[in-house]
Amino acid sequence: MAIETNPAYMQRKRTLQRLMFGCFRLLSYSVALLLFFILGFIIVKGAGVINWEFLTESPKDGMTSGGIFPAIVGTFYLMIGSAVISFPLGVMSGIYMNEYAPQGKMVRFIRMMTNNLAGIPSIVFGLFGMAFFVNYLSFGDSILAGSFTLGLLSMPIVIRTTEEAFKDIPNSYREGSLALGATKVQTIWKVLLPMAMPRIITGLILSLGRVSGETAPILFTCAAYFLPRLPESIFDQCMALPYHLYVVATSGTDIEAQMPIAYGTAFVLILIVLFMNLLANGIRKYFENKLKQK
Amino acid sequence: MKKWIDRIAARIFTVSGFTTSIVILLIIGFLFKEAVGLFSNPIVDKGYVLALHPDNPVKELSAYQIKELFDEEIDNWKEVGGNEQPVKVFRLEDLDNLYTEEELGAEYEHAGQKIAEQIQANPGMIAFVPEVLIEKEKGIHRIADRTIPMKDVLLGTEWFPTATPSPIFGILPLIGGTLWVSFFAILIALPFGMAVSIYLAEVASPNVRKYMKPIIELLNGIPSVVYGFFGLAVIVPFLQQTFHLPVGESGLAGSLVLAIMALPTIITVAEDALRSCPRSMREASLALGATQWQTIYKVVIPFSISGITSGVVLGIGRAVGETMAVLMVTGNAAVLPTSILEPLRTIPATIAAELGEAPAGGAHYQSLFLLGVILFFITLFINSCVEFVSARNKFKK
Amino acid sequence: MNKIEAKNVDFYYGNFHALKNISINIPQNEVVAFIGPSGCGKSTFLRLFNRMNDLIPGTRLTGEINIDGKNIYDKSVDVDLLRKNVGMVFQRPNPFPKSIFENVAYGLRVNGIKDKEFISHRVETALKGAALWEEVKNKLKESAYALSGGQQQRLCIARAMAVEPSVLLMDEPASALDPISTAKIEELICELSNQTTVIIVTHSMQQAARVSHKTAFFYLGEMIEFDSTKKIFTHPDKEATQNYITGRFG
Repeated sequence: MAIETNPAYMQRKRTLQRLMFGCFRLLSYSVALLLFFILGFIIVKGAGVINWEFLTESPKDGMTSGGIFPAIVGTFYLMIGSAVISFPLGVMSGIYMNEYAPQGKMVRFIRMMTNNLAGIPSIVFGLFGMAFFVNYLSFGDSILAGSFTLGLLSMPIVIRTTEEAFKDIPNSYREGSLALGATKVQTIWKVLLPMAMPRIITGLILSLGRVSGETAPILFTCAAYFLPRLPESIFDQCMALPYHLYVVATSGTDIEAQMPIAYGTAFVLILIVLFMNLLANGIRKYFENKLKQK
Repeated sequence: MKKWIDRIAARIFTVSGFTTSIVILLIIGFLFKEAVGLFSNPIVDKGYVLALHPDNPVKELSAYQIKELFDEEIDNWKEVGGNEQPVKVFRLEDLDNLYTEEELGAEYEHAGQKIAEQIQANPGMIAFVPEVLIEKEKGIHRIADRTIPMKDVLLGTEWFPTATPSPIFGILPLIGGTLWVSFFAILIALPFGMAVSIYLAEVASPNVRKYMKPIIELLNGIPSVVYGFFGLAVIVPFLQQTFHLPVGESGLAGSLVLAIMALPTIITVAEDALRSCPRSMREASLALGATQWQTIYKVVIPFSISGITSGVVLGIGRAVGETMAVLMVTGNAAVLPTSILEPLRTIPATIAAELGEAPAGGAHYQSLFLLGVILFFITLFINSCVEFVSARNKFKK
Repeated sequence: MNKIEAKNVDFYYGNFHALKNISINIPQNEVVAFIGPSGCGKSTFLRLFNRMNDLIPGTRLTGEINIDGKNIYDKSVDVDLLRKNVGMVFQRPNPFPKSIFENVAYGLRVNGIKDKEFISHRVETALKGAALWEEVKNKLKESAYALSGGQQQRLCIARAMAVEPSVLLMDEPASALDPISTAKIEELICELSNQTTVIIVTHSMQQAARVSHKTAFFYLGEMIEFDSTKKIFTHPDKEATQNYITGRFG
């Protein structure tokens, strides 16, 4: 004897499954479509604005014409500046967690702090940057203060990738190096770091991609609405693409004339993010293949 | 020599290992230092006093009452505990209308005396004047100088940081706006997030997954200001037309943008959680004659529920802290929200919008840091929830 | 009468030819053991009887497998119904994240049975059948994870038996258990053969000898020999079988 089943129920559960899966597929494709819509919208509207003048000239006539060159340069400076802060500190912190810190409570504590730092909203970084770097350390509104703020913001990404990259190196490499009489620092510097570097670089590039689009942290630490000339030192303010997009899109005097500039700026910003993503993926793939060949 | 370098390097690594902890301490320290300062500010603008007729029994006024008095919403002293008597507001500008320049003196040296005269002549008068002018005047009484009470800030339902003579820093509308927008954002994002994560983890072929994953990553990488701009250019006009709103900038616009932004977080974390369900458990369910969908909702989802919850909570965290996109599309009206279709304002957007205009060190500036502290603790709380949930998950396995 | 008949079964994972031309007849209500070294295809073969391999992309089958005279790979077959009829117990205990009661009731519920009295009656019978009732009858509402490994595996057997399958597939059911738990499971298998046909994949030749009526020896994707357990372990026809059971390889 076997348990009797109701054929109608068996039919129903199959139909329900088809219905649910169809629903999931539909929603998933609509999310993909949404991304293409957002990207497509900005690319279609923005690509027409892009030309050599737009990329190489300063804004003119109260932001209603001209280009976005100073904003591109400013974003570029901020990316470099934040990397200078986050890269060494983040890498060393990641190395400490994996190679020096007593495993267990200490590492858990640091990891928790890093996670917490990563979870702090960017506007809070902006507040902190203003109170600490701009006012307390008297950097003033400057590239320096902006770089420090953005550097701290992006540090958790660098720490995490460094930690993971070091964790995946088999212990035999450490032991092999130490057995040859190398000190710990020599082992890290000459053996482990070169092995971990590709992944660390990937993480750094991803963090730079994020930095290039951050607005809230630089609102009060370095971004300028309009500067007639390029910054001359790290104590100058600078323009930046995301902030430029914000002001052009929201606080204009002549919306009609400013919209194309906003589209163009968004287009360039998206392009930078896409490029950074592709670059990081490319580097990852390149080194993965290289490892496989070995 | 080698050993020496090794030891120094170990020190350096150790110190940098604590960078994140130090930064968090610094953030807490500096945010608090400014935020706490708010409560030592007098409720009336610094350097100013409110002066009354000596017979007026009113000794104390709250910031809210002061605002109502000066907005002429309150026109009788009875309403604030005084005698039956109409209120007459006096500002420094009125002095120039009543007296000539000679009467006041070239350097306003007689101004104090004239103000005192005015007050004595009008029993119902309340005068908002610089303290230095009437320091020595007698025959008037000054409203007791109080500092801003914590209760009025934390439980206050109005946010008028630039009102004179007495700014109002009730943060409830901002907290309400933040939670309201985030709540709706998650409500919108949740079905999509769950559907996509289940589809990717359970249904989609490896090929589809290969193309979907980078799309989700990219969605995560788009800067928030671009989302804001997209919202402003597309979603806001769309909402305005669909719902026939006077302005399209509304809580709903913010929620829609935030939902898109929270999606990648929810999808990534939830998909990982679903994948963590062992294959043997799925097979056990299928082997009993369950369909794939029965297996998913009766076995896989209950098994990975803590991971899915983490994803949703992280999504909320992202929505609560998001600044630029919300700033651009919600319309920024600091009122307690009654409908999601009205403009409202969140904590991060308030900070971003007002910090530029708030003079450093002033009460307004400090109140924005207080908002920062509150935001910091909200996100800290959310992070702890995630840690707690994922810790419990490890125990279960 | 033969419960299961496999005819000329070939099975491929992508290009890998995992099972080569296997034919076997399994009589009703007997215990059949599949033995052989790791990777010989015995588990793969077992998983064909409830079409579990359908879940793995890129697999292909030729030949036919009949249960009760009906080809289970026929297009008209309802896979869910087939799996209800052919139960399975896995290598490691894999209870669901539910209570003990709900674990056993699961198979009934997903097959549309709603009668509460009937369900609790079946749960009790199944748990008794798995010799677990006395140990858990007072904590049916507690999580299945609170049980020991051996208890969990018996719970999984009860779960499989609750829907009264006519065939029970067991994929190394005792390999993750201690000797005492293993003995209990083996005892159970002997009892189960009163009501169902049991096919058990095992690494342990002693186990096969203890529980099964018939034994099949698999090697490199081929079924080398299939005969009564006694004959396989005393004087097998093939040299490879002889070598394996005397421990010369594998």
